Amino acid sequence: MEREAKTKKRVQVAIVGGGIVGTLTARELARYELDVLLLEKEAEVGWGTTKANSGIVHAGIHEEPGTLKAKYCFPGNQMYPKLCEELDVSFRQNGILVVALSEEEMDTVRMYYQRGLKRGVPVRLLTREEVLAQEPNLNPEVVGAVFAPEGGAVMPFELAAAAMENAVANGVQLMVDSPVINAWAEGEQKYLETPTHVIEADVVINAAGLFADDIARMFGDDSFSILPRKGEEYLFDAQLEGMVHSTLFPVPRSKTSKGILVIPTADGNLMIGPTSDDMPVKDDIGTTAEAFERIFSESRRMVPGLDPRKIITQFAGVRAASDRGDFVIEFSPKVPGLLHLAGIESPGLTAAPAIAADVPKMLQEYGLNLVPKSGFEPRREKVVRFRLLSREEQDELIRQNPAYGRMVCRCETVTEAEIVDAIKRGARTLDGVKFRTRAGAGRCQSGFCQPVIMSILSRELGIPMEQVSKRGAGTEQVNFKAKELLGKGVC
Amino acid sequence: MRKMDVDVAVIGGGPAGLAAALAARRGGAAKVLIIERNHELGGILQQCIHHGFGLHRFKAELTGPEYAQRFINEVRETDIDVLLETMVLEVSNQRTIYAVNSREGMLEISAKAIVLAMGCRERTRGALRIPGRRPAGIFSAGTAQRYINIDGYIPGKKAVILGSGDIGLIMARRLTLEGAKVEAVVEILPYAAGLARNVVQCLEDFGIPLILQSTVIEVHGDERLEAVTIAQVDEQWKPIPGTERTIECDTLLLSVGLIPENELSNGAGVQLDPITNGPKVDDTMMTSIPGIFACGNVLHVHDLVDNVSKEAERAGSFAAQYALQQLPAAARRVKVTAGENIRYVVPHEVSLDIPVEFFMRVQKPQEDVVLDVGGLRSVKEQFVKPSEMLNITLTPEVLSQLSGDTLTVRIVSPKEAGRQ
Repeated sequence: MEREAKTKKRVQVAIVGGGIVGTLTARELARYELDVLLLEKEAEVGWGTTKANSGIVHAGIHEEPGTLKAKYCFPGNQMYPKLCEELDVSFRQNGILVVALSEEEMDTVRMYYQRGLKRGVPVRLLTREEVLAQEPNLNPEVVGAVFAPEGGAVMPFELAAAAMENAVANGVQLMVDSPVINAWAEGEQKYLETPTHVIEADVVINAAGLFADDIARMFGDDSFSILPRKGEEYLFDAQLEGMVHSTLFPVPRSKTSKGILVIPTADGNLMIGPTSDDMPVKDDIGTTAEAFERIFSESRRMVPGLDPRKIITQFAGVRAASDRGDFVIEFSPKVPGLLHLAGIESPGLTAAPAIAADVPKMLQEYGLNLVPKSGFEPRREKVVRFRLLSREEQDELIRQNPAYGRMVCRCETVTEAEIVDAIKRGARTLDGVKFRTRAGAGRCQSGFCQPVIMSILSRELGIPMEQVSKRGAGTEQVNFKAKELLGKGVC
Repeated sequence: MRKMDVDVAVIGGGPAGLAAALAARRGGAAKVLIIERNHELGGILQQCIHHGFGLHRFKAELTGPEYAQRFINEVRETDIDVLLETMVLEVSNQRTIYAVNSREGMLEISAKAIVLAMGCRERTRGALRIPGRRPAGIFSAGTAQRYINIDGYIPGKKAVILGSGDIGLIMARRLTLEGAKVEAVVEILPYAAGLARNVVQCLEDFGIPLILQSTVIEVHGDERLEAVTIAQVDEQWKPIPGTERTIECDTLLLSVGLIPENELSNGAGVQLDPITNGPKVDDTMMTSIPGIFACGNVLHVHDLVDNVSKEAERAGSFAAQYALQQLPAAARRVKVTAGENIRYVVPHEVSLDIPVEFFMRVQKPQEDVVLDVGGLRSVKEQFVKPSEMLNITLTPEVLSQLSGDTLTVRIVSPKEAGRQ
């Protein structure tokens, strides 16, 4: 489409990128009388780096003093319980343990302990006996550990979707399938071009993750670069729930990685990973046999009993690390009113609520007039999670809505009513349904329920089965009707 | 919450559940209930529209739905209760079942005996850890079968099938008949994993190549699958460098094994066999929990549905006896163990005072061998292979000659067998 033919739209604030930073920022800005638009290139929010995040709410002891990571991590951690309660998102405060397997490693553990004390992070130093009592499946050669009980676990994509839903409910506009293909400034005004629109904004917030440097460069700003760094993760059957309680960290052996962890996710599956490999490209999210070998041998150093036959799936994501080795949270030195929230690698998920909470202040300093919106509703409408209810509650729900009596995902106990609700809240694809409800996330990996979820999506969205996709255009699952290929000369 | 009391509750209305329920009713259980999650009885047979079912049992070549219908018709002629679209959420070790459906809400069913007949699921890409990205177009073979035969949709037009299990072979033919091109069936073993007749009728008759001792080492494509790279493997199943070859395709089907679905059994505390992934059972098909029986693919993965029906009838009739308190306690308990070239044997324990049909699978193919059951019976076998189950029935007269407290099943050479 020619630029002239595209729909023009004017807003006060345009956010580029619907990852955890963009969506939480959108929600923070929804507290004010502001015209806010979020542009997301994928079919739904939370599908870039956020999707493959380990989901750890870090305690705030790993970060080097004086960094932006240190500045935002612990405050972010402290915001999580309330944030997840308001947005009704799975969150577990299961604590983190940094485990020493030698006397030498114990020095680093003590350093983390001291650092925690200095920052006001609740920490305890555990002896070998104490840590084994807490985690009986840990390698018995453990020497000691530092325990930070306020570390936790969250489902990152669920949080991003929930934050967006709440932002939209409070007046923020969302445009999906809207990659920014061009951007420029004219005087005070900034312009963003998508395949269908030209957006004019007073302020542009660059929360484009892996592509934040590309967005900056479109504006002629090359003040930072994104250095993609891949991480692979391997997820175990929920049967293993309880084998490990807290997130287990080894003592890191490099500056850019916290090592291979054993992670009890917020939904109860154990996960091992992530690797930390610098990549020449931004979009390589394939898993490899070589990384699995590394992850597995490393994680077995901490938990020798992990059984590879219990792995149900694996995935990879790419961290949007910056060339500064730290977050880039600042106005562009070149373009007034272009705010970068970039280079948000670990502990970015933990830091994100604190970063987002700082954005209104930064916009005010830039000159935007922020008037609190009366009637801002911080709570998202509660989500029914059938599997977590008592038998009596389940019975009562089915009486109110018979669709709760139709079980769609047998592995994760997800009902038709929950899937319909997820679609009403914005899910448009199989992945969108899975990330919101867990339908298809279990041990059969949607072998049984996928055709049923497809037909529910088809019915609710009013699209044919051939248009129902895994994650947006190009990822449709079934391409033809039966008999359609006959006589077409494929063979 | 609606409460129900039954004599025998059968979980699953597929071939195993149908046969078990009928046998339980015939065995004198007055109130028999089948709980089925689908909207119709028949289980996976309803999507198996190819023929080849019932050769042993009915001496006829039936399709899956036809085979199922014979049992469904029989059930309809009885007063067996059927709950459709009803999902069991929990089975307790006291034989209480919690199940839901949209009509009645939560059901609490107290059963004097339970027959587990939940079937199995397919092994996934994730369990195999096939490297690469996650494009659309990768399905387990059974899911693709359902899309085509039940929903009426074809996944794509150029397919590779990984694994030569029976569903994979059947789907190679099915896709071809639908006008899609099947580029190859790729099998990691040096021989086909499915039945010999399926290799002939589904691959050879259609000129579909079967590539042995090879596997998919990477999938390509960001949005839709674009190609797979396959490679030959060594004896440890590791890819051999230099043998890689890329095949363009938009669809990859996986037929790489079935896993008995024992999440409910686990919840009830039923002991499982790590080889079969199914419950350990005695010669009455009773699991480690008194009054809970198991049969069909939830117990071990079968090759022929005819065998499932037979095994399920045994489970159903003993479940009825248990419910009626007519199942005598065994005087003796003998462990059954898998010896040379035997991967597993079901049942896991026998009492020696009732006839027992042993079902077993071998670990590797062999020719001109003898199946030896505890030195009590031996049978010549021209071929044995892992894909085809072996079965043999021993009478109490023969069983009672056993000395010692284990019965070992082995595959031996004719010479060795002669020496005994």
